[in-house]
Amino acid sequence: MSTVINPGITLATAKRILNQLRHDPRTIAMLLLVPTVLMVLLRFVFNNEMAFSRTAPALLGVFPFVIMFLIASITTLRERTTGTLERLMTLPMGRLDLLFGYAIAFGVLATLQVTIATTVSLLWLGLDIAGSVWTLLLITILDALLGMALGLFVSAFATSEFQAIQFMPVFALPQILLCGLFVPRDAMANVLNWLSDVMPLSYAVDALTAVTVTENWDGTLVRNLIVVAACAILALMLGAATLRRRTP
Amino acid sequence: MTNSAVAVAVDGLRVIRGGREVLRSVSFDVPRGSVTGLLGPSGCGKTTLMRAIVGVQIVAGGTVTVLGQPAGDPLLRDKIGYATQNAAVYADLTVTECLTYFASVLRVDDPAADARRVIADVDLTDHAGKLVGNLSGGQRGRASLAVALLGTPELLVLDEPTVGLDPVLRDDLWTLFHRIAERGTTLLVSSHVMDEAARCDRLLLMREGVLLADDTPEGLRAHTEQSDLEQAFLRLVRESEAAA
Repeated sequence: MSTVINPGITLATAKRILNQLRHDPRTIAMLLLVPTVLMVLLRFVFNNEMAFSRTAPALLGVFPFVIMFLIASITTLRERTTGTLERLMTLPMGRLDLLFGYAIAFGVLATLQVTIATTVSLLWLGLDIAGSVWTLLLITILDALLGMALGLFVSAFATSEFQAIQFMPVFALPQILLCGLFVPRDAMANVLNWLSDVMPLSYAVDALTAVTVTENWDGTLVRNLIVVAACAILALMLGAATLRRRTP
Repeated sequence: MTNSAVAVAVDGLRVIRGGREVLRSVSFDVPRGSVTGLLGPSGCGKTTLMRAIVGVQIVAGGTVTVLGQPAGDPLLRDKIGYATQNAAVYADLTVTECLTYFASVLRVDDPAADARRVIADVDLTDHAGKLVGNLSGGQRGRASLAVALLGTPELLVLDEPTVGLDPVLRDDLWTLFHRIAERGTTLLVSSHVMDEAARCDRLLLMREGVLLADDTPEGLRAHTEQSDLEQAFLRLVRESEAAA
Protein backbone atom coordinates (compact mmCIF):
# COMPACT_ATOMS: atom_id res chain seq x y z
CA MET A 1 0.00 0.00 0.00
CA SER A 2 0.99 3.57 -0.55
CA THR A 3 0.95 4.32 3.16
CA VAL A 4 3.97 2.11 3.76
CA ILE A 5 7.25 3.96 4.10
CA ASN A 6 10.18 2.81 2.03
CA PRO A 7 13.32 4.15 3.78
CA GLY A 8 15.43 3.98 0.60
CA ILE A 9 12.99 6.16 -1.35
CA THR A 10 12.44 8.52 1.59
CA LEU A 11 16.18 9.11 2.00
CA ALA A 12 16.72 9.45 -1.77
CA THR A 13 13.99 12.11 -1.74
CA ALA A 14 15.56 14.02 1.16
CA LYS A 15 18.92 13.88 -0.63
CA ARG A 16 17.32 15.09 -3.85
CA ILE A 17 15.72 18.11 -2.12
CA LEU A 18 19.02 19.04 -0.45
CA ASN A 19 20.78 18.63 -3.83
CA GLN A 20 18.28 21.01 -5.41
CA LEU A 21 19.06 23.59 -2.73
CA ARG A 22 22.81 23.00 -3.07
CA HIS A 23 22.59 24.34 -6.62
CA ASP A 24 21.06 27.51 -5.22
CA PRO A 25 23.71 28.88 -2.81
CA ARG A 26 21.92 32.18 -2.32
CA THR A 27 18.84 30.45 -0.95
CA ILE A 28 21.01 28.35 1.37
CA ALA A 29 22.83 31.44 2.63
CA MET A 30 19.55 33.22 3.31
CA LEU A 31 18.03 30.17 4.97
CA LEU A 32 20.94 29.79 7.33
CA LEU A 33 21.63 33.44 8.11
CA VAL A 34 18.42 35.47 7.91
CA PRO A 35 17.05 34.46 11.36
CA THR A 36 20.46 35.24 12.90
CA VAL A 37 20.60 38.65 11.24
CA LEU A 38 17.08 39.37 12.48
CA MET A 39 18.07 38.41 16.01
CA VAL A 40 21.02 40.81 15.83
CA LEU A 41 18.68 43.51 14.59
CA LEU A 42 16.23 42.79 17.41
CA ARG A 43 19.02 43.01 19.97
CA PHE A 44 19.92 46.50 18.82
CA VAL A 45 16.29 47.56 18.57
CA PHE A 46 15.82 46.76 22.26
CA ASN A 47 19.29 48.01 23.14
CA ASN A 48 18.78 46.25 26.47
CA GLU A 49 19.76 42.67 27.30
CA MET A 50 16.89 42.10 29.71
CA ALA A 51 14.20 43.14 27.26
CA PHE A 52 15.92 41.16 24.51
CA SER A 53 16.08 38.02 26.65
CA ARG A 54 12.34 38.26 27.28
CA THR A 55 11.32 38.34 23.59
CA ALA A 56 14.18 36.57 21.85
CA PRO A 57 13.31 32.94 22.66
CA ALA A 58 9.81 33.34 21.22
CA LEU A 59 11.23 34.85 18.05
CA LEU A 60 13.80 32.06 17.79
CA GLY A 61 10.74 29.86 17.28
CA VAL A 62 8.74 32.24 15.11
CA PHE A 63 11.39 33.06 12.47
CA PRO A 64 12.10 29.44 11.43
CA PHE A 65 8.35 28.75 11.51
CA VAL A 66 7.68 31.49 8.96
CA ILE A 67 10.67 30.73 6.74
CA MET A 68 10.00 26.99 6.60
CA PHE A 69 6.32 27.66 5.89
CA LEU A 70 7.26 29.75 2.86
CA ILE A 71 9.99 27.46 1.53
CA ALA A 72 7.90 24.31 1.93
CA SER A 73 4.80 25.74 0.30
CA ILE A 74 6.72 27.08 -2.70
CA THR A 75 8.77 23.89 -3.23
CA THR A 76 5.77 21.60 -3.10
CA LEU A 77 3.73 23.92 -5.27
CA ARG A 78 6.53 23.79 -7.82
CA GLU A 79 6.50 20.01 -7.60
CA ARG A 80 2.78 20.10 -8.42
CA THR A 81 2.93 22.62 -11.27
CA THR A 82 5.96 21.20 -13.10
CA GLY A 83 4.42 17.74 -13.26
CA THR A 84 7.13 16.04 -11.20
CA LEU A 85 4.55 15.23 -8.51
CA GLU A 86 2.31 13.47 -11.03
CA ARG A 87 5.35 11.61 -12.33
CA LEU A 88 6.32 10.49 -8.82
CA MET A 89 2.74 9.34 -8.23
CA THR A 90 3.03 6.97 -11.21
CA LEU A 91 6.19 5.46 -9.68
CA PRO A 92 6.49 3.06 -6.73
CA MET A 93 6.64 5.98 -4.31
CA GLY A 94 4.44 6.16 -1.23
CA ARG A 95 2.90 9.51 -0.37
CA LEU A 96 4.55 9.34 3.02
CA ASP A 97 7.93 8.68 1.36
CA LEU A 98 7.61 12.04 -0.32
CA LEU A 99 6.39 13.90 2.77
CA PHE A 100 8.94 12.38 5.12
CA GLY A 101 11.63 13.04 2.51
CA TYR A 102 10.63 16.69 2.71
CA ALA A 103 10.45 16.56 6.50
CA ILE A 104 13.98 15.12 6.75
CA ALA A 105 15.52 17.57 4.27
CA PHE A 106 13.87 20.63 5.80
CA GLY A 107 14.44 19.23 9.30
CA VAL A 108 18.19 19.19 8.60
CA LEU A 109 18.05 22.77 7.33
CA ALA A 110 15.89 23.93 10.22
CA THR A 111 18.30 22.39 12.72
CA LEU A 112 21.25 24.22 11.16
CA GLN A 113 19.29 27.47 10.95
CA VAL A 114 18.11 27.36 14.54
CA THR A 115 21.48 26.23 15.88
CA ILE A 116 23.26 29.18 14.28
CA ALA A 117 20.68 31.72 15.47
CA THR A 118 20.61 30.30 19.01
CA THR A 119 24.40 30.09 19.29
CA VAL A 120 24.86 33.68 18.16
CA SER A 121 22.10 34.88 20.50
CA LEU A 122 23.56 33.08 23.51
CA LEU A 123 27.22 33.90 22.89
CA TRP A 124 27.18 37.43 21.51
CA LEU A 125 23.78 38.96 21.98
CA GLY A 126 23.55 38.32 25.69
CA LEU A 127 20.52 36.05 25.59
CA ASP A 128 20.09 34.56 29.04
CA ILE A 129 17.82 31.57 29.56
CA ALA A 130 17.15 29.68 32.75
CA GLY A 131 16.31 26.39 31.06
CA SER A 132 18.47 24.08 28.97
CA VAL A 133 19.76 25.06 25.55
CA TRP A 134 18.78 21.61 24.29
CA THR A 135 15.16 22.14 25.24
CA LEU A 136 15.27 25.47 23.45
CA LEU A 137 16.70 23.81 20.34
CA LEU A 138 14.16 21.00 20.49
CA ILE A 139 11.23 23.44 20.62
CA THR A 140 12.55 25.64 17.82
CA ILE A 141 13.16 22.64 15.56
CA LEU A 142 9.63 21.43 16.25
CA ASP A 143 8.43 24.94 15.34
CA ALA A 144 10.31 24.83 12.06
CA LEU A 145 8.85 21.40 11.28
CA LEU A 146 5.38 22.67 12.14
CA GLY A 147 5.87 25.56 9.72
CA MET A 148 7.07 23.14 7.07
CA ALA A 149 4.15 20.77 7.56
CA LEU A 150 1.60 23.61 7.40
CA GLY A 151 3.31 25.01 4.30
CA LEU A 152 3.12 21.60 2.62
CA PHE A 153 -0.53 21.30 3.48
CA VAL A 154 -1.71 24.73 2.36
CA SER A 155 0.27 24.58 -0.88
CA ALA A 156 -2.35 22.09 -2.02
CA PHE A 157 -4.86 24.94 -2.10
CA ALA A 158 -2.67 27.31 -4.09
CA THR A 159 -2.71 27.25 -7.85
CA SER A 160 0.00 29.84 -8.33
CA GLU A 161 3.09 31.00 -6.50
CA PHE A 162 1.38 34.33 -5.83
CA GLN A 163 -1.34 32.54 -3.91
CA ALA A 164 1.15 30.34 -2.09
CA ILE A 165 3.06 33.37 -0.83
CA GLN A 166 -0.17 35.03 0.36
CA PHE A 167 -1.01 31.99 2.45
CA MET A 168 1.83 33.06 4.71
CA PRO A 169 0.00 36.18 5.97
CA VAL A 170 -3.25 34.19 6.02
CA PHE A 171 -2.03 31.20 8.03
CA ALA A 172 1.10 32.40 9.80
CA LEU A 173 0.54 36.05 10.72
CA PRO A 174 -2.63 35.55 12.80
CA GLN A 175 -0.77 32.89 14.76
CA ILE A 176 2.11 35.29 15.35
CA LEU A 177 -0.24 38.09 16.44
CA LEU A 178 -2.14 35.83 18.84
CA CYS A 179 0.66 33.65 20.20
CA GLY A 180 1.39 35.90 23.14
CA LEU A 181 4.35 37.67 21.64
CA PHE A 182 2.74 41.10 21.60
CA VAL A 183 0.12 40.79 24.33
CA PRO A 184 0.03 38.01 26.94
CA ARG A 185 -2.58 35.44 25.88
CA ASP A 186 -4.62 35.65 29.08
CA ALA A 187 -4.87 39.43 28.70
CA MET A 188 -6.65 39.11 25.36
CA ALA A 189 -10.40 39.38 24.82
CA ASN A 190 -12.17 36.01 25.24
CA VAL A 191 -12.69 35.35 21.55
CA LEU A 192 -9.06 36.09 20.76
CA ASN A 193 -7.95 33.93 23.65
CA TRP A 194 -10.00 31.02 22.30
CA LEU A 195 -8.57 31.55 18.85
CA SER A 196 -5.10 31.59 20.28
CA ASP A 197 -5.92 28.34 22.11
CA VAL A 198 -6.48 26.50 18.82
CA MET A 199 -3.36 27.83 17.14
CA PRO A 200 -0.33 25.57 17.45
CA LEU A 201 2.20 28.41 17.49
CA SER A 202 0.74 29.61 20.81
CA TYR A 203 1.85 26.37 22.46
CA ALA A 204 5.31 26.67 20.91
CA VAL A 205 5.74 30.21 22.22
CA ASP A 206 4.43 29.21 25.66
CA ALA A 207 7.03 26.45 25.72
CA LEU A 208 9.78 28.84 24.63
CA THR A 209 8.80 31.33 27.31
CA ALA A 210 8.89 28.54 29.89
CA VAL A 211 12.45 27.70 28.87
CA THR A 212 13.45 31.30 29.40
CA VAL A 213 12.21 31.55 32.97
CA THR A 214 12.68 28.09 34.47
CA GLU A 215 14.86 25.02 34.10
CA ASN A 216 12.09 22.66 35.18
CA TRP A 217 10.39 20.30 32.78
CA ASP A 218 6.89 20.58 34.14
CA GLY A 219 3.68 19.03 32.88
CA THR A 220 2.68 22.16 30.98
CA LEU A 221 5.93 22.22 29.04
CA VAL A 222 5.57 18.56 28.11
CA ARG A 223 1.94 19.12 27.08
CA ASN A 224 2.92 22.13 24.96
CA LEU A 225 5.63 20.15 23.19
CA ILE A 226 3.23 17.29 22.50
CA VAL A 227 0.66 19.73 21.09
CA VAL A 228 3.23 21.25 18.72
CA ALA A 229 4.52 17.85 17.59
CA ALA A 230 1.00 16.48 17.16
CA CYS A 231 -0.02 19.49 15.08
CA ALA A 232 3.04 19.03 12.85
CA ILE A 233 2.18 15.36 12.35
CA LEU A 234 -1.49 16.19 11.75
CA ALA A 235 -0.54 18.79 9.13
CA LEU A 236 1.74 16.23 7.45
CA MET A 237 -1.08 13.68 7.36
CA LEU A 238 -3.48 16.28 5.94
CA GLY A 239 -0.75 17.09 3.43
CA ALA A 240 -0.59 13.40 2.49
CA ALA A 241 -4.33 13.42 1.90
CA THR A 242 -3.91 16.24 -0.63
CA LEU A 243 -1.46 14.19 -2.73
CA ARG A 244 -3.74 12.47 -5.19
CA ARG A 245 -2.66 9.76 -7.58
CA ARG A 246 -5.68 10.38 -9.79
CA THR A 247 -6.71 13.90 -10.75
CA PRO A 248 -9.55 15.23 -12.92
CA MET B 1 -8.95 -13.78 -18.30
CA THR B 2 -6.49 -11.38 -19.81
CA ASN B 3 -4.95 -11.93 -23.14
CA SER B 4 -1.17 -11.97 -22.77
CA ALA B 5 -0.75 -10.75 -26.35
CA VAL B 6 -2.50 -7.52 -25.42
CA ALA B 7 -0.58 -4.90 -23.43
CA VAL B 8 -3.35 -2.33 -23.12
CA ALA B 9 -7.08 -3.00 -23.46
CA VAL B 10 -9.36 0.02 -23.43
CA ASP B 11 -13.09 -0.60 -23.46
CA GLY B 12 -15.79 2.05 -23.61
CA LEU B 13 -13.60 4.65 -21.92
CA ARG B 14 -15.33 7.92 -21.09
CA VAL B 15 -13.65 10.89 -19.47
CA ILE B 16 -15.29 14.15 -18.49
CA ARG B 17 -13.09 17.16 -17.76
CA GLY B 18 -14.48 20.54 -16.85
CA GLY B 19 -18.03 19.45 -17.76
CA ARG B 20 -16.98 18.44 -21.26
CA GLU B 21 -16.83 14.86 -22.52
CA VAL B 22 -13.18 14.63 -23.59
CA LEU B 23 -13.21 10.92 -24.41
CA ARG B 24 -16.42 9.47 -25.80
CA SER B 25 -16.56 5.70 -25.45
CA VAL B 26 -13.10 4.88 -26.76
CA SER B 27 -12.22 1.19 -27.24
CA PHE B 28 -9.07 -0.43 -28.63
CA ASP B 29 -6.30 -2.94 -27.87
CA VAL B 30 -2.58 -2.33 -28.06
CA PRO B 31 -0.63 -5.51 -28.95
CA ARG B 32 2.42 -6.34 -26.86
CA GLY B 33 5.82 -5.46 -28.31
CA SER B 34 4.38 -3.02 -30.84
CA VAL B 35 5.00 0.64 -31.49
CA THR B 36 1.54 2.19 -31.60
CA GLY B 37 1.12 5.77 -32.70
CA LEU B 38 -1.64 7.88 -31.19
CA LEU B 39 -2.33 10.65 -33.66
CA GLY B 40 -4.71 13.51 -33.90
CA PRO B 41 -4.89 17.28 -33.71
CA SER B 42 -4.01 19.19 -30.56
CA GLY B 43 -6.85 19.01 -28.02
CA CYS B 44 -8.41 15.81 -29.39
CA GLY B 45 -7.94 13.89 -26.13
CA LYS B 46 -4.59 12.16 -26.70
CA THR B 47 -3.08 13.30 -23.42
CA THR B 48 -6.25 12.42 -21.47
CA LEU B 49 -6.24 8.94 -23.00
CA MET B 50 -2.59 8.46 -22.06
CA ARG B 51 -3.25 9.69 -18.53
CA ALA B 52 -6.09 7.18 -18.22
CA ILE B 53 -3.75 4.37 -19.31
CA VAL B 54 -1.08 5.43 -16.83
CA GLY B 55 -3.79 5.57 -14.15
CA VAL B 56 -3.64 9.24 -13.10
CA GLN B 57 -6.89 10.29 -14.77
CA ILE B 58 -10.26 10.12 -13.03
CA VAL B 59 -12.52 8.36 -15.51
CA ALA B 60 -16.29 8.56 -15.88
CA GLY B 61 -16.84 5.11 -17.36
CA GLY B 62 -15.41 2.12 -19.17
CA THR B 63 -12.38 0.01 -18.30
CA VAL B 64 -8.67 0.30 -18.97
CA THR B 65 -6.60 -2.85 -18.46
CA VAL B 66 -2.83 -2.56 -18.57
CA LEU B 67 -0.58 -5.65 -18.57
CA GLY B 68 -3.47 -7.65 -17.14
CA GLN B 69 -4.16 -5.22 -14.27
CA PRO B 70 -6.66 -2.39 -13.95
CA ALA B 71 -4.93 0.90 -14.86
CA GLY B 72 -3.42 2.60 -11.83
CA ASP B 73 -2.87 -0.66 -9.92
CA PRO B 74 0.15 -0.36 -7.57
CA LEU B 75 1.66 -3.46 -9.24
CA LEU B 76 2.05 -1.44 -12.45
CA ARG B 77 4.11 1.36 -10.95
CA ASP B 78 7.50 -0.04 -11.90
CA LYS B 79 6.27 -1.50 -15.19
CA ILE B 80 5.14 1.66 -16.97
CA GLY B 81 7.43 4.43 -18.18
CA TYR B 82 5.50 7.66 -18.69
CA ALA B 83 6.75 10.89 -20.18
CA THR B 84 4.39 13.83 -20.18
CA GLN B 85 4.31 16.50 -22.85
CA ASN B 86 5.81 19.09 -20.51
CA ALA B 87 9.22 18.05 -19.26
CA ALA B 88 8.50 16.77 -15.74
CA VAL B 89 12.05 16.98 -14.45
CA TYR B 90 13.75 19.05 -11.73
CA ALA B 91 15.22 22.19 -13.28
CA ASP B 92 17.52 22.76 -10.31
CA LEU B 93 19.30 19.39 -10.54
CA THR B 94 21.90 18.20 -13.01
CA VAL B 95 20.74 15.70 -15.62
CA THR B 96 22.64 12.95 -13.80
CA GLU B 97 21.29 13.86 -10.34
CA CYS B 98 17.76 14.03 -11.67
CA LEU B 99 17.85 10.64 -13.38
CA THR B 100 19.70 8.99 -10.49
CA TYR B 101 16.92 10.19 -8.18
CA PHE B 102 14.12 8.76 -10.33
CA ALA B 103 16.12 5.52 -10.66
CA SER B 104 16.32 5.33 -6.85
CA VAL B 105 12.54 5.81 -6.62
CA LEU B 106 12.18 2.89 -9.05
CA ARG B 107 14.50 0.89 -6.79
CA VAL B 108 16.77 -0.29 -9.62
CA ASP B 109 19.91 -2.12 -8.46
CA ASP B 110 22.43 0.52 -9.50
CA PRO B 111 20.69 3.89 -9.93
CA ALA B 112 23.83 5.71 -11.11
CA ALA B 113 24.57 3.13 -13.83
CA ASP B 114 20.96 3.06 -14.99
CA ALA B 115 20.95 6.86 -15.17
CA ARG B 116 24.11 6.77 -17.34
CA ARG B 117 22.49 4.20 -19.65
CA VAL B 118 19.33 6.21 -20.33
CA ILE B 119 21.28 9.48 -20.65
CA ALA B 120 23.29 7.82 -23.43
CA ASP B 121 20.04 6.48 -24.97
CA VAL B 122 18.67 10.00 -25.41
CA ASP B 123 22.07 11.38 -26.47
CA LEU B 124 22.60 13.70 -23.51
CA THR B 125 25.92 12.28 -22.26
CA ASP B 126 27.74 15.48 -23.17
CA HIS B 127 25.29 17.47 -21.05
CA ALA B 128 25.01 15.05 -18.11
CA GLY B 129 26.66 17.48 -15.67
CA LYS B 130 24.55 20.47 -16.66
CA LEU B 131 21.60 21.76 -14.70
CA VAL B 132 18.35 20.69 -16.36
CA GLY B 133 17.18 24.31 -16.20
CA ASN B 134 20.09 25.38 -18.39
CA LEU B 135 19.27 22.90 -21.17
CA SER B 136 17.45 23.86 -24.35
CA GLY B 137 13.79 22.95 -24.61
CA GLY B 138 14.50 19.92 -26.78
CA GLN B 139 17.23 18.69 -24.46
CA ARG B 140 14.96 19.08 -21.46
CA GLY B 141 12.29 17.04 -23.25
CA ARG B 142 14.84 14.31 -23.84
CA ALA B 143 15.86 14.36 -20.17
CA SER B 144 12.19 13.86 -19.31
CA LEU B 145 11.93 11.04 -21.88
CA ALA B 146 14.99 9.41 -20.29
CA VAL B 147 13.12 9.11 -16.97
CA ALA B 148 10.53 6.93 -18.70
CA LEU B 149 13.27 4.60 -19.96
CA LEU B 150 14.69 3.91 -16.48
CA GLY B 151 14.45 0.40 -15.07
CA THR B 152 12.80 -2.25 -17.22
CA PRO B 153 9.38 -0.89 -18.18
CA GLU B 154 7.07 -3.26 -20.05
CA LEU B 155 5.03 -0.38 -21.39
CA LEU B 156 6.19 3.06 -22.43
CA VAL B 157 3.61 5.82 -22.71
CA LEU B 158 5.24 8.80 -24.38
CA ASP B 159 3.31 12.01 -24.94
CA GLU B 160 4.73 13.88 -27.94
CA PRO B 161 8.34 12.87 -27.20
CA THR B 162 9.77 14.23 -30.46
CA VAL B 163 8.10 17.63 -30.56
CA GLY B 164 10.52 20.46 -31.29
CA LEU B 165 13.46 18.18 -32.12
CA ASP B 166 15.61 18.44 -35.22
CA PRO B 167 14.99 15.80 -37.90
CA VAL B 168 18.20 13.85 -37.21
CA LEU B 169 17.45 13.54 -33.53
CA ARG B 170 13.84 12.65 -34.23
CA ASP B 171 15.02 9.88 -36.52
CA ASP B 172 17.44 8.64 -33.84
CA LEU B 173 14.65 8.52 -31.27
CA TRP B 174 12.33 6.55 -33.55
CA THR B 175 15.17 4.09 -34.15
CA LEU B 176 15.57 3.86 -30.36
CA PHE B 177 11.80 3.24 -29.94
CA HIS B 178 11.94 0.31 -32.37
CA ARG B 179 15.04 -1.08 -30.67
CA ILE B 180 13.18 -0.97 -27.34
CA ALA B 181 10.13 -2.63 -28.91
CA GLU B 182 12.31 -5.47 -30.25
CA ARG B 183 13.12 -6.35 -26.62
CA GLY B 184 9.38 -6.95 -26.11
CA THR B 185 8.45 -3.57 -24.64
CA THR B 186 5.20 -2.03 -25.82
CA LEU B 187 5.25 1.61 -26.86
CA LEU B 188 2.37 4.02 -27.15
CA VAL B 189 3.64 7.26 -28.68
CA SER B 190 1.52 10.30 -29.35
CA SER B 191 2.24 12.84 -32.02
CA HIS B 192 0.41 15.45 -34.00
CA VAL B 193 2.77 15.21 -36.97
CA MET B 194 1.59 12.76 -39.55
CA ASP B 195 5.03 12.01 -40.98
CA GLU B 196 5.79 10.07 -37.80
CA ALA B 197 2.79 7.84 -38.37
CA ALA B 198 4.61 5.84 -41.03
CA ARG B 199 7.15 4.70 -38.43
CA CYS B 200 4.50 3.05 -36.24
CA ASP B 201 3.37 -0.58 -36.36
CA ARG B 202 -0.16 0.45 -35.58
CA LEU B 203 -2.03 3.72 -35.64
CA LEU B 204 -4.81 5.10 -33.51
CA LEU B 205 -6.35 8.19 -35.08
CA MET B 206 -8.36 10.44 -32.80
CA ARG B 207 -10.49 13.47 -33.31
CA GLU B 208 -12.68 15.29 -30.80
CA GLY B 209 -12.57 12.48 -28.27
CA VAL B 210 -13.53 9.76 -30.72
CA LEU B 211 -11.33 7.06 -32.22
CA LEU B 212 -11.54 7.34 -36.01
CA ALA B 213 -9.25 4.46 -36.91
CA ASP B 214 -7.32 1.61 -35.31
CA ASP B 215 -5.25 0.05 -38.06
CA THR B 216 -1.76 -0.52 -39.47
CA PRO B 217 -0.36 2.23 -41.70
CA GLU B 218 -0.74 -0.10 -44.73
CA GLY B 219 -4.28 -1.01 -43.76
CA LEU B 220 -5.15 2.64 -43.42
CA ARG B 221 -3.71 3.49 -46.81
CA ALA B 222 -5.56 0.58 -48.43
CA HIS B 223 -8.85 1.35 -46.71
CA THR B 224 -8.82 5.04 -47.65
CA GLU B 225 -7.14 4.53 -51.03
CA GLN B 226 -4.62 7.26 -50.17
CA SER B 227 -0.86 6.77 -50.30
CA ASP B 228 -0.25 9.71 -48.00
CA LEU B 229 -1.25 9.17 -44.34
CA GLU B 230 -2.15 12.83 -43.89
CA GLN B 231 -4.61 12.51 -46.76
CA ALA B 232 -5.86 9.22 -45.33
CA PHE B 233 -6.61 10.95 -42.04
CA LEU B 234 -8.45 13.76 -43.82
CA ARG B 235 -10.51 11.20 -45.73
CA LEU B 236 -11.50 9.51 -42.44
CA VAL B 237 -12.49 12.83 -40.90
CA ARG B 238 -14.71 13.64 -43.90
CA GLU B 239 -16.27 10.16 -43.81
CA SER B 240 -17.10 10.51 -40.11
CA GLU B 241 -18.54 13.98 -40.66
CA ALA B 242 -20.68 12.73 -43.54
CA ALA B 243 -21.94 9.88 -41.37
CA ALA B 244 -22.85 12.18 -38.50
